[in-house]
Formats: sequence, C-alpha cells, structure tokens
Amino acid sequence: MPANNAIMTKNEGAVKRPGLPLRRSLSSLVGTSEAGLKASHFRRPWLAAGLLAPQLLILLFFFFIPTWKALSLAFVQVDPFGGTMIFVGLENFTTLFSSPEYRDSAILTLWFTVVQCIATLVIAGLLAFATDNVMRGRAIYKGVILLPYAIAPAISGVLWAFLFNPTVGPLAQMLHELGLAWDPNRRPFDALLLVSVAAIWKHVCYDYIFLVAAFLAVPASVMEAAAIDGARPVRRFLTVTLPMAAPTIFFLIVMNFVYGLFETFGIIDTVTRGGPAGSTNTLVYKVYQDGFRQLDLGSSAAQSVILMAIAVLFTFLQFRAVERKVNYQV
Amino acid sequence: MVERHTGLSIFCHVVLLIGAAVVCMPLYFAFVAGSLTVGEVQQVPFPLVPGGHFVENTVLAWNEGQFSRLYVNSLIVTVGIVVGKLAVSLIAGFAVTYFRFPFRMTAFWLIFVSLMLPVEVRIIPTYEAVADAGGPLRSLFDAIGLTGFVADTTGYQLDAALQWNMINSYGGLILPLIASASATFLFRQFFLTVPDELCEAAKLDGAGPLKFFWDVLLPLSRANIAALSIILFLYGWNQYLWPLLFTTEKAMSTAMIGLKDLIPVADAQPAWNIAMAASFFVMAPPALVILLMQRWFTKGLVDSSK
Repeated sequence: MPANNAIMTKNEGAVKRPGLPLRRSLSSLVGTSEAGLKASHFRRPWLAAGLLAPQLLILLFFFFIPTWKALSLAFVQVDPFGGTMIFVGLENFTTLFSSPEYRDSAILTLWFTVVQCIATLVIAGLLAFATDNVMRGRAIYKGVILLPYAIAPAISGVLWAFLFNPTVGPLAQMLHELGLAWDPNRRPFDALLLVSVAAIWKHVCYDYIFLVAAFLAVPASVMEAAAIDGARPVRRFLTVTLPMAAPTIFFLIVMNFVYGLFETFGIIDTVTRGGPAGSTNTLVYKVYQDGFRQLDLGSSAAQSVILMAIAVLFTFLQFRAVERKVNYQV
Repeated sequence: MVERHTGLSIFCHVVLLIGAAVVCMPLYFAFVAGSLTVGEVQQVPFPLVPGGHFVENTVLAWNEGQFSRLYVNSLIVTVGIVVGKLAVSLIAGFAVTYFRFPFRMTAFWLIFVSLMLPVEVRIIPTYEAVADAGGPLRSLFDAIGLTGFVADTTGYQLDAALQWNMINSYGGLILPLIASASATFLFRQFFLTVPDELCEAAKLDGAGPLKFFWDVLLPLSRANIAALSIILFLYGWNQYLWPLLFTTEKAMSTAMIGLKDLIPVADAQPAWNIAMAASFFVMAPPALVILLMQRWFTKGLVDSSK
C-alpha cells in the first residue's frame, strides 16, 4: 500500500521537535519544515505559484472566506431585513445551549449516529467474516453487496420511504398485518427508525469493503499457526483477525460518525424533512432549517461553528487511525 | 482458508445470501412498483411480481420530470467536478512535492487545513459565497481604495462589474464541491512514493518540470487517477444538498432534484410507480460505473481513505 507508507516515510518522521502534543502529532503526519519535498526537485518559484494558484484560489473563495464568515457570523446578530449587525459575543451559543430544541436535536443526532455506526459495523463485520470463509461465489457476493455505494443517500431515502410508506409500502403492509401500528408520518420513533434503516442500508457496503480488505490482509502464516494451536475459525476470527483489523475498525468508526453526522442530509430531506415533531431533525438538517427556512443567520452560523469543531475532531481521529495503521504493518 | 468446515461454510453462504437479498430487496420492489399502474400500486397486499408497464412509466417519468434537460445538467456538473478536481489537484500536488519555493509549507498547510471541514458544515456562508462571488474582490478593492480611484479617474464602476451571482450556474454547482484538497493530499502521498531516480533521469535528459510532469508523472499516476475519477463521479452525480440550494430554476436543476420532485407528498395522488421508475434511471449511471469498474474502484476506495 504505497499511499499508506508515504505518510511516515523516514525523512519525515525522523526530525521531531519538542512542542505541544497537538503540534507534534500534526508534524508527524505532515512532516516538518522541508518535509514532503522530493530529494530531486525543481527551483522555479513562479511556475510553482502558477501550478498552485487554481487550488488556492478555489479554496480562498469557497473554503476560507465562507469558513471565516461562518466564524464571524456566529458572534453577531443580523437583523433579518439586512444590513445591521450587532456584535453579541457568545450570546448565540448560550441561547443555543439553553434551547431545549437544540438539546433534543443534539441528543437525537448522537443516538442516530451511534446506532447507525454500531449496526453498520456489526452487519458489515458479519458479512465480511462470511466472505472471508467462503470459497465459491465470493466475487458475486462482493459485487452485489457493494451496489448501494453507487446509490445516493437521497435515493436510498426515496426507496425506503416507499417500502415503509404507510399506505402503499409493501413492508409497511407486512407490519400492519402483524398488528403493528406503523406510520412514520405521525409516530416520531417510526420516522427515526426508517431514517436509520435507510442510512445503514446505504453505508454497510463501505464498511464491508474495508473489512474484507483488512481480513484478507491478515497473513496466512499467522492463521495457520493459530490453526495448528487448535483454534477453530470463529475463535481465530475473534482472537487473531479482529485484533489485527483493529486500526481499520477504528477508522471505520470515525468514518461512520462522519457519515451519520454530515452525509445523511439527503436521506432526511427525502424521507421525513426533520419531522414529525422534530424527531429526525439532526444537527446538520437543523443548520439548513434555521438558516434557510427561518433565516436565523446568527444561530445557524453558531451551529455551523459547533459542527466545524466536531468535524475537526473527527479529522484528527481519522489521521490517528491512519498513523496506527502504519504502525501495525510489521 | 486453512481447513474446511462444512457447517461454517453453509452458515456463511446463508449470511451472504441474506445480505445480498436485503441489498436487492428495495431495488426489486422499486422495479415492481415502477412496472405497475397507479391503481395497481395502491392495492393491498402489494404484488410480488412485476406488471407490464415499466417502459411506459419510465417514459412518462422522463417526460414529466423534464429529465432530458436535468440529465444533461447532471452530466455537466459531474464531469466538471471530476475533471476540475483532478486537474487542480494534480498540479497542486505536483507543486508542493516537486518544487522548492518560498512559503511552500504555508501553501501546504492551507491545503491541509481544508481537509478538516466537510462542506456540509458551511451551508449558509458557502451559499452566500456562491450568491455573491465578486463580494470578496469588491471589499478588497474598497479597502485599498481602488474602487474610488477608478471611479474618480475613469468613471468606471468597478463595483457594478464585480457583481457575479453564481446561483443557477454550473460554476456555482461545481466550484464549491471542488473546494477541498482531499485529492491534492492523495496525489501528494502518491508522488512521495515515486522513485527519485525518475526525476533525476528526466533532468539529466534535459526535461523541464512540465515535461517531466506530463511524460513521467502523469502516466505513473494513471491507476490513481482512474480510481479517483470513479469515486468523484459517484460523488458528483449523487450530490443533493448543493443542487437543492444553488438552483432555483428547474432548467438548471440536476436529475437528483428532479427525482425528489416526483416523490408523492401527502394529499397528492400516490404516483409511486412514476417515482420508482424515475429512481431507476437516476441511479443508473453511478450503478453502471460501479459494476463495470469494480476492481479499480475498490482499490481506489481502500487506498484513498488511508
């Protein structure tokens, strides 16, 4: 895996400066002052500037300026008819934290994300374990299970919204026959369950591919040694394969959280639009609702800033997972 | 596998068959629903075998949703994202790994920082940036006094010239989605593994940086470019939030938003057959890409996120 090793090539990792832990872990990821420069390189500053310009200009206009605006808007109150802005300090944040609506949304998001993350990982793990232990038809199974990766979250939402539609949906009809009062348009828990199922269905394939790769990467010699010691397949899976795949699992937990937090917008918008009674109004959806529907820019910006903090945290965790993964490669 | 266990083997096949069935089930029912008439789609219990109206519903959905136009939009946006992001990232990755110049690390850090914030967390300000793309330049020129100077000396209104509204434009749909350096970072990682001897040899042969890039580095990156194109194609085609925000005119919308408009809402006729038929042709391009390019794609996916 070339992309992998490059992160910790010798000349990058070797020079370590004392500093804050945060800074040190960052330096080890991206290198110190001259790291990441090829030993054989060119000195044509103007050409380099020209090559970098498109990337930096796009980043400036569509990344740095919007990010800066979100940060600065979070500390002001904008009068909805435009124009005047008043600096209010942390007021947007204190209002948010004391609002029960926001707290509900945060709890809901956490619940949704955790359930989605665990269910996706367990299902994908079971399927990957099974794939690892079959001889015939492996390619076909992989091909089919990979299919939802091609399907947009929004379409996954549409498909499941149909299946569980209280009047025409085939699965809803089955539930009704079993005597269950299923109606995601009225019952908050049903709506949340529906959104979760669509999200899990869409994302299992992602975890699955990574786990299949991780399980395959366990050296045959280690497995044979365990087999000679008398460990049967399930035991080998639990005591050898799973620990060796731990870095991948950690990486997937982080990615599942990112997916649940940020990428399920399409599912929610096509299935429930945050309802009923705010039961599926996750944090990202709420930013959109408050900003575009209610035009409460200050609050929406403050919410953006909180999400940014979460996103930065997850990015760090993700890079830590990468680091660990490298260390595991003996 | 080390040894054979019949029981385990059967168990694994059963698990995989159930998994495959659950993956296919929504697609199958969507197909069934797409092949029924509006009357049939409402019957209880829901039919388990397809009816005979799939083609008819597909044509109806295609015309009703004006998909000829939306499909072209989706293709332009997707290709724009793939080509734009690849081009920008390749040359930027080349610049930070193969050139020594002042502020090299600053440039690298600016790129690296952009990896941390997904575009979803900046909904409102990004919308503003697209709605008023000339804004930053206007304030810059105001701040350095250029606007007043130009107006005084030539009578030309710089302010008016810098009103760019990118809502309902392809630029507005494409550029914000290119504005993350994930691909740049990926190419940087790859370029670092390219042997130094290649560059030395190219230099000895008298090749300049651009010739080296074009004749040596690009051919070497072919596999990475292919894998990344597939991932970016899916990413571009499947975009939902941004087309929803940046297009207010139906004619500039994408296929994904066209599908959303076909979903029956309460109190309307439950034309799920039309919506399901449409969902098939909206998800077809990415599904075909995955099915045809699976090997490259899985390699790209597993490598790219590490």
